[in-house]
Amino acid sequence: MKQIKVLGTGCANCKATQKLIEEVIAQKGIEASVEKVDDIGQIMSYGVMSTPGVVIDGQVVHAGGVPDRAQLEQWLA
Amino acid sequence: MFEKLADLLVWQWLGLAPGTHLGEALHFFVQDTTKIFFLLVAVIYVMGLLRALLSPERVRDYVRGKPRWLARLSAVVLGAVTPFCSCSSVPLFIGFVEAGIPLGVTFSFLIASPMINEVAVVVLLGVLGWKLTVLYVLAGLTVAWFGGIVMQWFRPERWVEDYVWKIHMGETPQMQMDTSLAGRHRFALHEVREIVGRIWKWVLIGIAVGALFHGFVPQEWVVRNLGGEGHWWSVPLAVVIGVPLYSNATGVIPIAEAMLNKGVPIGTTLALMMSIAALSLPEMLILRKVIRWPALAIYASVLAVAFTLVGWGFNLLAH
Repeated sequence: MKQIKVLGTGCANCKATQKLIEEVIAQKGIEASVEKVDDIGQIMSYGVMSTPGVVIDGQVVHAGGVPDRAQLEQWLA
Repeated sequence: MFEKLADLLVWQWLGLAPGTHLGEALHFFVQDTTKIFFLLVAVIYVMGLLRALLSPERVRDYVRGKPRWLARLSAVVLGAVTPFCSCSSVPLFIGFVEAGIPLGVTFSFLIASPMINEVAVVVLLGVLGWKLTVLYVLAGLTVAWFGGIVMQWFRPERWVEDYVWKIHMGETPQMQMDTSLAGRHRFALHEVREIVGRIWKWVLIGIAVGALFHGFVPQEWVVRNLGGEGHWWSVPLAVVIGVPLYSNATGVIPIAEAMLNKGVPIGTTLALMMSIAALSLPEMLILRKVIRWPALAIYASVLAVAFTLVGWGFNLLAH
């Protein structure tokens, strides 16, 4: 079971990122939990300044902008 | 190329006559839409291929611990070459504060960033030519440099929200990047979709406003009311008009083009461009999360004064 966190303070791109991740998970049948982190202190504790960021199992894989679908599938594979 | 296309479409296919209001406006609209969007896609794609886009995390690492003047220089230059979405202003601000970067330097970055970026520069070059581009960029860098210094005089630290000082940042994560050609291509395409998807509205609105101005506002009216002689107040008026208006830096360019074509003086035009791009209510509301109103009011006033001075300066030089 993968733990995915979307770091973002609620901008349009953050919502799009979360939606995209949920889509990919559902489509590929990946077991994962998606959590939205919108507390700025927590976001920055990951060392991320450009939102949205994506954390998979404690590892920051992406920051700044909606990630690419193909890349997302790679990270989740 | 783009002018020919607009000639063909508007004069020949639609059968409108040059010189009519609607014809001129449509011609402007078609020419600028095709040209600007072509340039946009091309620049963003090439920049994406080069992977020259700096992340704010790297900017922060680079600026921290440098002597003040070097920190400011790099903040201004990096602000100019980094396209970042205004929703990143808050984490960026906190990240800079946490790294011990002086607030004045942070403000220099925040001023430079929305006003100048590589996309706007290439579109400026394509639409208005190199002289205006150089003037705009130099004026923007100067305002960012001195704007930050003036902000520092007011000791804005006392207006920073308390929680900002308490946040501790984690280590900057190293993200592995796919540097193969296929990976770069994918990244570049993604950048094009992302950035064009974000700014196309502003650009189209800008072109539409420019087209209406171009087609429907009589030249004599412009010369009489906004022309160079006598009207010292036209520059501050342009700045004031620009404050409630907000657009992306690229979206402002067609408006400037139409104004210059009609004989609005260059300083007045530059002042309006900068005011629309850099001073905006949404940006202020976002910054309000980290800093209180007095500092924001000073920030807006410092910028308004700076844009006015720039406008007057260029109008004087142009005489």
